[in-house]
Amino acid sequence: MSNESKKIILDPLIDNNPIGLQVLGICSALAVTTNLGTALVMSLALTSVTAFSNLSISMIRNHVPSAIRIIVQMTIIASLVIVVDQVLKAYVYDLSKQLSVFVGLIITNCIVMGRAEAFAMKNPPGLSFLDGIGNGLGYSIVLMFVGTFRELLGSGKLFGVEILTTVNDGGWYVPNGLMLLPPSAFFIIGLMIWAVRTWRPAQVEVADFKIKSVNGTEAI
Amino acid sequence: MSNDTKKQATNPLNFLALSNDSTAKTFIMATLVCLVCAVFVSVSAVALKPLQQLNKELDKKKNILQVAGLYHEGDDIEAAFAKIDIKLVDLETGDYTTEFDAASYDVRKAAKDPDLNVKIPKSEDLASIRMRPTIMPVYQVQEEGKVTQLILPINGYGLWSTLYGFLAVENDGQTIVGLSYYEHAETPGLGGEVDNPKWKKMWSGKKIYDAEGDVAIKVIKGTVVSGASGEQYQVDGLAGATLTSRGVSNMLKYWMGAQGYQAYLTKIQANGV
Repeated sequence: MSNESKKIILDPLIDNNPIGLQVLGICSALAVTTNLGTALVMSLALTSVTAFSNLSISMIRNHVPSAIRIIVQMTIIASLVIVVDQVLKAYVYDLSKQLSVFVGLIITNCIVMGRAEAFAMKNPPGLSFLDGIGNGLGYSIVLMFVGTFRELLGSGKLFGVEILTTVNDGGWYVPNGLMLLPPSAFFIIGLMIWAVRTWRPAQVEVADFKIKSVNGTEAI
Repeated sequence: MSNDTKKQATNPLNFLALSNDSTAKTFIMATLVCLVCAVFVSVSAVALKPLQQLNKELDKKKNILQVAGLYHEGDDIEAAFAKIDIKLVDLETGDYTTEFDAASYDVRKAAKDPDLNVKIPKSEDLASIRMRPTIMPVYQVQEEGKVTQLILPINGYGLWSTLYGFLAVENDGQTIVGLSYYEHAETPGLGGEVDNPKWKKMWSGKKIYDAEGDVAIKVIKGTVVSGASGEQYQVDGLAGATLTSRGVSNMLKYWMGAQGYQAYLTKIQANGV
């Protein structure tokens, strides 16, 4: 794999993470991370939608009239999301029931739209596809990270397998109910962004009035 | 040269050469994108429909088993469902009917078919469903050659959506075993709490009819005081979901009443199953 495509895939994982750095797609990250099963399915769904929407938009990028480019992108993304939703309903019915509206809401996920507009409209199909995969994986990493904490601390399980026996089942662990509610994902994502930015200070956003004194180290 | 222009005129991809911002190309591109997307979506929807229907069917069976307390995680649904006998009941008379094949009888279709449904007069339409089939399926749980439970399909309007579910009743036609909904679109966390296992457990052991034979079961506001009169007919309301709770009450009042299963259940109470 050439250096460029490697960079396109690996960059969004940590250095340019769509949730961590760009703070996009937060809504679904709060909603579907109560357990790892739904988080994983949602990650796969979003990754495939982003990859294929990037691919198809990039293929027609030179012939999309700029006046209707957003609606063309939306049409393609919406179609892909409907198809993904149908596939989930056909093959993983129980999980798709748990995910309910959130699969449909991938349409409004800023990551998909953002990559289509920022990358796929300007780059060839192969690279765009990889960019979609990369950003999807970036989103997935955060979802799995948050999901691990929430499921483990909230219900003492990982992927539905009991790790910490809860008091209700005769064990010692008192589950933290807050972890099952959406706000906990906010705290976890917040702490995670803090940790990542401590580790990679380049991601720290620079205060507006300081911009002039910084030389090329600000976040992209 | 003339050859070239001729080629251009007949080439169907000719429009690609147009300027991106011309009106013609805008229209052509919009139409094309819509067409391709529409075909893509329809093909996948049609191709996956049989599988989805199978899943829905299994999910419904699972719900029937769950409401009867017969389902345990990991069970083979089809095998467990073999215990259940489907009978069709004419709601008017309360008698069994063999007019249709019970296993393939589709309640939702029947509810919309003018030959098979009745319009509910507005004053009696407690569940806000406008029409109901004249014939409803009843799922009977067989254990050791005896019918132990009757599972009755019910539906009615909550706040946002029609709730579809089942009420499981013991073979005395009076005592509730459980209530469960398999399809609804109420607000998650508020009305959606009809799926909460703790709330569903409260239904077990409640009675449907009072001494006069009227429907008495209902969801009350707040918590049921233990020892209070009428306690056996009352279930806690869902906090923050007054309209969904009311919908559940009304739906039971309707389906257990004269328009619904009352004729059938009265016969059961008198003669057994």
